[in-house]
Amino acid sequence: MKRLLFILWGMALVCGLTGCVSKPYDYTNFRAHPPRSLLVLTPLNQSTDVRGTYGYLSSVSKPLAEMGYYIYPVAVVDEFMKENGLPTAGEMQQIPLQKIHDVFGADAVLYLTVLDYGSKYQIIASTTTVSAKGKLVDVATGTTLWEGFAVAQESSSSGNLIGDLIVAAVDQAINSSTDQAHNLGAQVNQQMFTTKDHGLLYGPYFPKEKAN
Amino acid sequence: MEPGEVKALSKPLLAGFCVMAALVFAGCRSPDTYYWGHYEDVIYGMYAHPDRVPPEVQIQKLEEDVHKAISANKPLPPGFRAHLGYAYSEVGKWDLARQEFEAEKKAFPESAIFMDRLLTNLAKK
Repeated sequence: MKRLLFILWGMALVCGLTGCVSKPYDYTNFRAHPPRSLLVLTPLNQSTDVRGTYGYLSSVSKPLAEMGYYIYPVAVVDEFMKENGLPTAGEMQQIPLQKIHDVFGADAVLYLTVLDYGSKYQIIASTTTVSAKGKLVDVATGTTLWEGFAVAQESSSSGNLIGDLIVAAVDQAINSSTDQAHNLGAQVNQQMFTTKDHGLLYGPYFPKEKAN
Repeated sequence: MEPGEVKALSKPLLAGFCVMAALVFAGCRSPDTYYWGHYEDVIYGMYAHPDRVPPEVQIQKLEEDVHKAISANKPLPPGFRAHLGYAYSEVGKWDLARQEFEAEKKAFPESAIFMDRLLTNLAKK
């Protein structure tokens, strides 16, 4: 069966109401308060899929650490907070910066929100979408250092109605068992954090020979 | 054209393509600094399938990675040792947990405040 796979990439920068997609991010604040260590808090999940929170969180560490930052162990931080009376991401993201400084010693906090996570099954195709936004805040001053947004989408369609019906059914079976959105989440993170002029600046552990 | 000529032409062509492909790939993505192994899969699994990825399984996977990282001569990523230490503490292996928290601190001094806190909690056990 002929099957076409389209991977649509989207990348936009959150920059007010103007929607200036291609304009480089203004790194003035980032350069003024360059962090060494980033505390990634468990993301808020605004998608309809409960798996979004952790399916997405589990692919955040790698792109960030490879950018040259110390990334606190995301699952240990999550469990630690739950054990200390903060059972939800909403509560974790309300922790005062002073407290974050005292407990973790982090230079900056990354607040993440999952906007879309999962698949929609129409008659002729299935579409999986993952999108998320992030905001990096300097712990010492409360200054916003960076904001970003990324979306990844994958859809399948063959242009053949009977074939498409089968594809959609097969996709539904595969997606529900392997959590395809999880793989797209990794692409979202790669895109959001590492895209030149829109992602994060390189951190102190980034190898100099790679930067050149 | 003789079959031999085609062969003679195709070899340098093929070599050229290989070189080009190598250059393209090298330009696109430099190799990872850290040996990631199962670290992120373990995080995904412990939440998505907690029954299949309990602390014992996390420990087994991460211990394998520690050996592979040594063979590959690559450092373990930030958070890896702390996670392994946490998994040890979940199954009551306090000494091993302590070792890993200390190792995280040594590899990444940024983690010291949090690791000391986890070490203090361990001391109460």
